Amino acid sequence: MADNTNEIRQQHWVKTRNLTWLVLAIWFVFAFVVPWNAASLDKMSFIGFPLGYYFCVQGSLIIFVALIFFQNWRQDKIDDEAGLSGE
Amino acid sequence: MKGKFIDNLGRVYAMYTGGFLVFVLIMAVLEQMGVAADTIGIMFVAFTIAIYAVIGWLSRTMQVDAYYVAGREVPAVYNGMATAADWMSGASFVALAGGIYFGGYGYLAFIIGWTGGYVLVNSLMAPYLRKFGCYTVPDFIGTRYGGNLARFCAVVVLVIASFTYVTAQINASGTIAARALHIPFAAGVWFGLLGILLCSMLGGMRAVTWTQVAQYIVLIIAYLVPVIWMSNKQGFGIIPHFSYGEAVARIQELEPLIGLGVAAVDKAPFGGVGILKTPHFAPSGGMESWKFITLAACMMMGTASLPHILMRYFTTPSVRDARRSVAWSLLFIFLLYFTAPALATLTKLQLIDPNLATSIIGKSFDAVKNLAWVQNWESVSMLYLVDSNKDGILQLNEFFMRADIVVLATPEIAGLPYVISGLVAAGGMAAAMSTADGLLLAIANALSHDLYYKIIDPKADTRHRLIVARVLLVGIGVAGAAVASLRLTGILGAVAWAFDFAMSGLFFPLVLGIWWKRANRAGAIAGMVVGLVAGTLYLYQVYWGGMTPWMGIDHLRFGIIGAAASLVAMVVVSLATPAPDAETQAMVDEVRVPSGKSILSSDH
Repeated sequence: MADNTNEIRQQHWVKTRNLTWLVLAIWFVFAFVVPWNAASLDKMSFIGFPLGYYFCVQGSLIIFVALIFFQNWRQDKIDDEAGLSGE
Repeated sequence: MKGKFIDNLGRVYAMYTGGFLVFVLIMAVLEQMGVAADTIGIMFVAFTIAIYAVIGWLSRTMQVDAYYVAGREVPAVYNGMATAADWMSGASFVALAGGIYFGGYGYLAFIIGWTGGYVLVNSLMAPYLRKFGCYTVPDFIGTRYGGNLARFCAVVVLVIASFTYVTAQINASGTIAARALHIPFAAGVWFGLLGILLCSMLGGMRAVTWTQVAQYIVLIIAYLVPVIWMSNKQGFGIIPHFSYGEAVARIQELEPLIGLGVAAVDKAPFGGVGILKTPHFAPSGGMESWKFITLAACMMMGTASLPHILMRYFTTPSVRDARRSVAWSLLFIFLLYFTAPALATLTKLQLIDPNLATSIIGKSFDAVKNLAWVQNWESVSMLYLVDSNKDGILQLNEFFMRADIVVLATPEIAGLPYVISGLVAAGGMAAAMSTADGLLLAIANALSHDLYYKIIDPKADTRHRLIVARVLLVGIGVAGAAVASLRLTGILGAVAWAFDFAMSGLFFPLVLGIWWKRANRAGAIAGMVVGLVAGTLYLYQVYWGGMTPWMGIDHLRFGIIGAAASLVAMVVVSLATPAPDAETQAMVDEVRVPSGKSILSSDH
């Protein structure tokens, strides 16, 4: 823990915060923007489903699951690089 | 014994799952041999509850750490399963598919909201609260902001939100127990409570954790099996999730032909049932889209503020494990949530498609009236048929059904053997019980740890604290069952309210406590009080006061008002009062670092 200085902590937090903003931006699109536009998306179809319907019942959900796994993978890297992984 | 158990989790639960499947097979064989359907239903419910009770008894403990946070040694994957069971309530299991069946586009907001919320949990809350090392959510508020008043406000919000929620769960377990065991609803409620307390009373969080893992396994099997079976019968393949698009199209094609949207002529002689009026999926944009996203926002922010969910992430060994277990939680939850729309679609199709043998709309009224499943559910006031136009044919607007039974009745509608209905009843019971357990524990822990130990009697010894915790658990359970037996609201309505209460009072004090160093005690108290009061007043006005909802924000969405008021009050009051001291600011810095010791020690 010798390199656990203020500066490293500061950088670690900036990276963590940026990652969080990125994740929340993606979340916002699939939680709000896509369902809002479900009617116009329905004009297209995907594996037999109207696209707007597909996102509301499956697409957005899959993105959320993948998003959390992605975030954890990135966050683990950020923690390891700063030597703050705690493991 | 304990260490050995943790090391052998995989083997223990594999054996358990295998044992459960063998039990299902035995039941299937017994059914073939002519054992009555009722007996099979009773055996399913009794057998599963007995197993949970045994797990609860084996996990009994007199250690504070084990009682409050399961000793902080639950591996991420198992915590994910336990959270999924904790999370998926009677509402998700029993009512969600029915809501989609009847509500179309608008109800899908629940699906988006109840999954998307975990992105907020993972990004904003869980890892930081785990680092904090608290036992309860008010423990975080009380330590971060300091002072008993802040802690007390958090306890009040927690109790209001969780108690609203737990009555709905006890209601759901009562409904299922009543149907499966053929006892009156009121008796079913008390029976359900007994099962719930058997799981949690002796072992607290440790017992609840290991029963919830067992309950998740039962509930996910019970949810997936009928859908897959039904899909096979209808020709949509083994995994219907990616191929039921045609069924959606077929429903949309049939809707105008069967008179969807024609109002009912008669009324059912009892409440709670309705006819299908809303198209399967026809978003009209504008106000409907606005209502969709406001409901989704409430469910997501509520997810991230509900104490019984957040406290599950206090049980992992490390911060990294807390994050991992959020990911596993959502994956396990996703398995059920992306099945629910498939179930709603396939069930609807088999009722309305004249090409399918199971269809009833457009068939002879007398023939439908004599179907076994119709009679079963009509006899318990969950279904009602009336030949309004006296043409001897059942029309869509002559078929009344309670939304809650879509899942429970599906196996019978599809003509599956009764063993599947028994399995579904056991799954619904597992879902309702596991959530009720988590909620009761959240309330009792907050009252015993935060109110009794931290505020009233800080000198109380361990034994005393744990006895108080158990007495409270039983007391709150009894109060919940008493309220549930009054049947005040439907299951889904009460659940939505719980989310709204939680987000009104707790979302911003929790988030800003981590993400805004300047947030101080006065601001947090203002945020909790103003949020809760504003939300509750608004709910009162629109639900009982006859007020026209403002911009479509009705009683399901009052959290929008509460949370907005909470945010404004918290920011304004924080800025108008002095910044928190250097010690508190250093504590916030420390919370943001994933490694190192937790803020609170294990004997706090």
